[in-house]
Amino acid sequence: MDPSLKIVIVDENPVRAAILADGLREAGFTQVLRLDETANLLAHIYTIDPDVILIDLENPSRDVLEQMFQVSRAVKRPIAMFVDQSDSASIQASVDAGVSAYIVNGLHKERVKHILDLCVSRFYAFSRLQNELEKTKTALEERKVIDRAKGILMKVKNIPEEDAYALLRKTAMNENRKIAEVAQSVVTAAELLR
Amino acid sequence: MSEDRLRIGFIPLCDAAALIVAVDRGFTAAEGLDVELVREVSWSNVRDKLNIGIFDAAHLLAPVAIASSLGLGHVKVPIIAPLALGVNGNAITVSPPLHAALAAAADGDILDPLVSARALARVAAQRKAKGEDPLTFGMTFPFSSHNYGLRFWMAAGGVNPDEDVRLVVLPPPYMVESLANKQVDAFCVGAPWNSVAVDLGIGFILHFGSEILQRATEKLLAVRSRWAHENAETLARLVRAHRRAAAFVEDTANRDEVTAILASPNRIGVESEVVRRSLDGRIKIAPDGTVRSSGRYLLVGRKSADRPDDVQAAWLYAQMVRWGQAPLSAEMLAAAKAVFRPDLFDAALDGGKPDLAGEPIDRIGAFAGPPFEAADIAGYLAAWQARAKR
Repeated sequence: MDPSLKIVIVDENPVRAAILADGLREAGFTQVLRLDETANLLAHIYTIDPDVILIDLENPSRDVLEQMFQVSRAVKRPIAMFVDQSDSASIQASVDAGVSAYIVNGLHKERVKHILDLCVSRFYAFSRLQNELEKTKTALEERKVIDRAKGILMKVKNIPEEDAYALLRKTAMNENRKIAEVAQSVVTAAELLR
Repeated sequence: MSEDRLRIGFIPLCDAAALIVAVDRGFTAAEGLDVELVREVSWSNVRDKLNIGIFDAAHLLAPVAIASSLGLGHVKVPIIAPLALGVNGNAITVSPPLHAALAAAADGDILDPLVSARALARVAAQRKAKGEDPLTFGMTFPFSSHNYGLRFWMAAGGVNPDEDVRLVVLPPPYMVESLANKQVDAFCVGAPWNSVAVDLGIGFILHFGSEILQRATEKLLAVRSRWAHENAETLARLVRAHRRAAAFVEDTANRDEVTAILASPNRIGVESEVVRRSLDGRIKIAPDGTVRSSGRYLLVGRKSADRPDDVQAAWLYAQMVRWGQAPLSAEMLAAAKAVFRPDLFDAALDGGKPDLAGEPIDRIGAFAGPPFEAADIAGYLAAWQARAKR
């Protein structure tokens, strides 16, 4: 590992970029920069003159980076993507995770392997976080529907809250459905009958 | 017939028409193929996912397939194309100020590409003399017909595309925005993005690609050479489905249905009327509503546009050599030509002889310069160099 490597992260998702930047800093890299603006991307990159560029695969600006491979007077140092025929496993891993890396030509692959591994794991960590957030949101929504269904049952059948919940649960078990689904049916039916 | 599952990547552009219609109108299903279309955001993604086998096939820029097979700029993975997804379809769009500057500098009608290219040379020289930044042109990829078309046009008028102007890569969906906020003065891109810029009143379509080159292969249905060997029968079914879809797209009786399929949100995702203009070749070229028609704007299946033609492969390779992307060698020329596989196209479905009646004799039909000669690329390029020095 080489802490002096200058690393640029191009990611329009600020949360994911922050997670990745933190990971790299924790790993000891001191020069980590984030670029979230895609306008004049190449000009920014040439100014920064990085050793490694990390970009998410959902970013259309990947094609802009391809221009760096071209022999041109604008390019100070040709940059190569961190892939070659001998390393299909790491390509597969990075594509699965949704991240891609470019390195300065001549920089030894082993020196940046650690960075790519870190990227892959941080990108996965981000998707896990996102999934959990989704789950939490769904759980909250379900809670709200169940509460409304309980209220309706309590009023219509004149029963206490505990019994209303037990009724929802029993119906769900009998019909092999989720409680939230039964609750949603109750709410919908109540709206129709109103 | 066994059910084969295939995953095919595409970029939302009108020239993916045959692919999208083949799948969404059931031509692939009729061949026993279960195809999942995956919309991508960059050509780099399409290329990489095809190369490593995440995609079985892809809608790919023709020069990218050649570059991949020759190992230019990236990993070397042999790619072949048993079918071409389109001929032509691009246009050069310029900002209103550049349009006015070209008209003022022109020594004739700027509808003539030679006149407009010479006007561009004058405008570029004026800017240089005044110490202003060079004009910036957006194009979609270093290995693209857009890059080569722009360079061909500029060079014919005496513009050195590497010195007198700036060429930058921009993803197609960012083109219009970049023209609007003046990051670029012009761009060359495929349909429907030129029309979108005109509709917004921020661009004039200066030339259709077909006015620069009458016949230019744009995208290919690309597969890995190895995959083609191992799945020959599946590939033949895929080609049959595409040839039928291409004919379906070209039948004007189907136009409403085809534009609706292409315009849907998970495919190209624009107004169907904009897609229709490209297919009809009736293009609004100026914000005031002026329309120009061309029977060659985008060819999907007409004039044997779907049959891969190795003259086109040779022409694209010649452009790579001309602009310093590749060295000139007989081996590389042969390898480039071998990417285009008319034999696989013909074997999949008997469609008689290629229909090239009325097509340019050199099968390229450039507006300037000597006729293209695939057997003598060195001589062809030398003729251009001599012109540039004159």
